[in-house]
Formats: sequence, structure tokens, C-alpha cells
Amino acid sequence: MLEINRELRRSYALVERNFNLIKRYLGWEVVFMIYTVVNTLTIAFIGLSPDGSGQDKVLYLVVGALLWGFLSVLFHEVAESVQWERWEGTIEYSFMAPMRRLTYLVGVCLYAAAYGAIRTVIVMFAVVSIFDLDLGSANLLAGLVVLLLSSLSFIGVGLMAAALPLMSAEKGSQAAHILEAAILLVSGVYYDVSVLPAWMQKLSVISPATYTLRAARAAFLDAASFSDIRNDLVILLATGVVLIPLGLAVFNQAELCAMRTGKLKRSG
Amino acid sequence: MRSALECCDARKVFYVKRERKNGTALSRLFAMAIPKYEAVEAVDRLTFDVAPGEIFGILGPNGSGKSTLIRLISTLLLPDEGCIKVFGYDVVKERFQVRKLINRVSVDAAFFKGLSAMENLSYAARLYGLDRRTWQTEASVILERLGLESDKLYEPLEDLSRGMQQKIAVARAFLTHPLLLLLDEPTTGLDPVSKREVQEFVLEERERHGTTVVLTTHDMQEADRLCDRIAVIDHGKFVALDTPEGLKSQVSTNGNYVTLEEVFFALTGKTLKGHTKSAN
Ligand SMILES: Nc1ncnc2c1ncn2[C@@H]1O[C@H](COP(=O)(O)OP(=O)(O)O)[C@@H](O)[C@H]1O
Ligand SMILES: [Mg+2]
Repeated sequence: MLEINRELRRSYALVERNFNLIKRYLGWEVVFMIYTVVNTLTIAFIGLSPDGSGQDKVLYLVVGALLWGFLSVLFHEVAESVQWERWEGTIEYSFMAPMRRLTYLVGVCLYAAAYGAIRTVIVMFAVVSIFDLDLGSANLLAGLVVLLLSSLSFIGVGLMAAALPLMSAEKGSQAAHILEAAILLVSGVYYDVSVLPAWMQKLSVISPATYTLRAARAAFLDAASFSDIRNDLVILLATGVVLIPLGLAVFNQAELCAMRTGKLKRSG
Repeated sequence: MRSALECCDARKVFYVKRERKNGTALSRLFAMAIPKYEAVEAVDRLTFDVAPGEIFGILGPNGSGKSTLIRLISTLLLPDEGCIKVFGYDVVKERFQVRKLINRVSVDAAFFKGLSAMENLSYAARLYGLDRRTWQTEASVILERLGLESDKLYEPLEDLSRGMQQKIAVARAFLTHPLLLLLDEPTTGLDPVSKREVQEFVLEERERHGTTVVLTTHDMQEADRLCDRIAVIDHGKFVALDTPEGLKSQVSTNGNYVTLEEVFFALTGKTLKGHTKSAN
């Protein structure tokens, strides 16, 4: 217990560092935030009919936008963490510290989750202040559980993506972006996956986000109970439980590979 | 007495893509599709010992393998062969133990340049598990000795001079009380005054904490001034290893005074113009 406490405090190094960086580049942060809010609002307006009806459609889109907003930030922050340290030139410093790699990565994920949550809450307030959304019958708790369970999978995939730049500096980061785009396309963020061409629908089955969105919409729009969405929750939990250790293992192997081949850093 | 650092036949080879600059377009395209790799012996079976409290210099031209050796010791690269031990701990098998005992200053200061000195130090202190009060009091002592005004410490590091940044990097390294400090060209690119200040600082800190230091440089005066022993490295091999005085007497003929610079050129077979001297 004491051990865990100590490691968590070390993880906090990354959380503090990244929030300090946000403070430093606050101007950019505000710009990105405004952009995200506007982007979400424009998507939500698509659902509105000229006669003012279509609140359901708006909620459908908003749920997609908010969930995707959170999960993509989570994925992104985890996936880009290594590339970013490499770019700053601090990767060797961070990696030679007497800190378990797990502790480092927990720090990365904690920050990503906190940062994603803050952004999502801000967007949510913006949406709620403009649209008259009826959440009276929504199962908010179930929605939150869906979000938490999906976070596990996204962290797992993010860890694998984070390992890519250790093996190939530039291509790794590019691959992470392509992966993110593919998940966005096939997971039914703004539409039902049934509208997709058959081959894309096959891909949607392997994207954890598909289950996230289906279950979250059921909870928010159809007041689904836990037992209604049990299957999706189990799938999300199972993928998370598999993907996180897999992500850690991939990361460790990639780090060893980088240490063998000299991919961590070359100059200096 | 136990060595601070033991290096036994340590070897590191890199495989780098061979550039094809000539040949037909087709053959170049072919080379791009199926790249050929060539082996670079960056560190070629080095064996040496460093005693606790010693300042051990590694002097060599660019590309001679200094940084690779430092990275092998600092657990950032895995040796292909041989074994390296830091205070008895193996850098491969006992990586975690070794990391607790060492710190490294690289030629580029390796900071988050957008953050202030204090924010960077706070990050370092947390990584090394130092508690806030301890590191803050110690940091303020170190930074004052370095003559850093306190308002500078809260400015983004990118606004500070390189000399300043490098001093903060050395301060950051000492903050974690390493038993073995690895300094990889810590003064390269600094003006003579900053260079002096960093050198003074290293000497003082060694005095104070008895830190063992491995220092790479291609600055002869620096090696002469700081090091107890100097290894001259070329193409990944030590061509000499002795005290500064010993090195000079090796090269000196009939008792003439020679500078370390002359020693270096004599041993690496390079003249000032960079041409290789003929064998005789
Ligand atoms: N990570 C790496 N990948 C491939 N080659 C490398 C790497 N690091 C160093 N080298 C090569 O190994 C040799 C020694 O480099 P280095 O140790 O950086 O020399 P120095 O620090 O003395 O300038 C050089 O030929 C360099 O190009
Ligand atoms: Mg070097």
C-alpha cells in the first residue's frame, strides 16, 4: 500500500509537468478549446430541424461528439507522449530515471484522463447552455460506467501506439494518426454503423469504440439499464483487461528494441 | 576497494543505412527499396576501471564513441557484448539499481524548454522521488552558488543563455546525489567564462560529495584541468589511458614540454588539418 502510494506520487511528476506546459502555452490551449467547442456545436446543429424539433438527433450527435472528444484526447495524449519527449529532447532524461516504466506510463494515463475530462466537461457546459437537451430519463450512471470501461481499451491501444515512435521515429507517430482516423470512421461516432459499406462494418466489430457508442447512446437516449447493456459492458471490460497488459508488454519490448538499436536518441 | 565503474570488453555496434549517392537512378531506387546496412563499431571492446571519487576523462574527436559509451553506462543502450558494472550493479540485469546511483548531463541540456528552471527541477525531483522540501532547500543553495538570480529561475528556459541552461543541467544532476555522474561534453559550445564556471562547479561538487565523475570532452584544457586520468578514444578504442602528466610524458621526447593537445594529435594520428599522419 505504501509502495503504491509512493509510485503514484512519482507518477504525479508527469501530471504536474504536463499541466505546467499547458499553463505555459495557455494561449494555444484556449484556441484549441474554442475550436473544439465550436466544432461540437456545429455537429450538434446538424441534428436540429428548422421548426426546432430534432432534440433527439441533437442528443445522438452530442453523445457521439463528447465521447469521441474524450476518448480521442485520451488516446492522443498517451500515444503522443513518447514522440513528444523525443521532440523536446527529454526522452533519455525521463527514461533513465529510477522509475518503473509502469509508473511513468500510469502518470501519462492519469494526465491524459484528467486533461480529457476537463476538456469534455467544458464542451458539455457549452452544449448544455445552447441546446435544450432532455436528459431526464437518461441513465447517467450507466453512461459514466461505459466511459470508464472504454477508457481502458483506449489506454491499451494508446500504449501500443506510444511504443511505435520508439521503433521508428517518424513513421510511428504517423501510424498512430492513421489508426485514430480509422477508429473514427468505423465506430459510428456520428451515425449508425449499419449505414457503412459491408467491409467497413466488419472493421467496426473490432473497434472498441463501436461498443462504447452503442452502449452510451442506449444509456443516454433510451434510458437503458445496466442489464440492457450488459453485453457491451462485458466486451469493453474484456478488451480493456486484454489490451492494457498487451499495451504495456508491447511498450516494454519496443523500449528494449530501441535500447538495442539506438533508436531512443542518436545525436549528442 | 570496489570500483565505481567497471567496464569489461564492452562493445556496441550500430547498423546504419548505407547512403548511395552515385549510380544510375534505377540502382539508387533499388538501394532505397532494399537498404544495405553497414556496421559501425561505436564502442570497440573497452576495458577500464574508475575508482570512487575519481574524475575520469574521455577525450576524443567527434564520432569516436564517447556518447555511446556514456549511454551504455547510463542504461540507455544495451551493450552487444561485455559487461559494465556501476558500483557492482550490472547495467543490463540490474538496470533499476544502477539508475538510482547515476545521473547524466548531455551536451544538449535536455529540458522542457518552455518550462522554467524551477519547473524542470521539480519534474526531476519527482522522478527521483525526492521530497519537496528537501530538494527546494538544496536547489536554492546550488542555484545561488551558480549565481542565478531568482527571477531568472521562473522564466522559460528557452529565454536563458546556453551557459545558464547547462549550469542548471549540472545542478539538476547533482540534486539527485548521484554516486556516479556522467558528463557528456558538458561545456561544448559554451563561451570561455561559462565553461570555467561549469568546470568550477563540477570540481566543487566533487569536493563536497565525493562524486565519481566520467567526463567526455574534446577540449584539451578541460581534460587537463579536471581529470585525474584521461582515456583517449578513437574509433571506439582507447589509444591511451593515463594521468594527464603520464600522457604528456608518453609523447614527449627527451623531456620536452608537450601540451595535451599535442598528445591527442600524436595518439589519434590526426594533424590539425584533420589529415591522417603517415605511419612514420
Ligand atoms: N543511435 C545511433 N544509431 C546509429 N549510429 C550511431 C548511434 N549513435 C552513435 N552512432 C554512431 O556511432 C559512432 C560514435 O558516435 P558517438 O558515440 O555519438 O560519438 P561521439 O560522442 O564521440 O561524438 C558514430 O559513427 C555515430 O554515427
Ligand atoms: Mg557525443
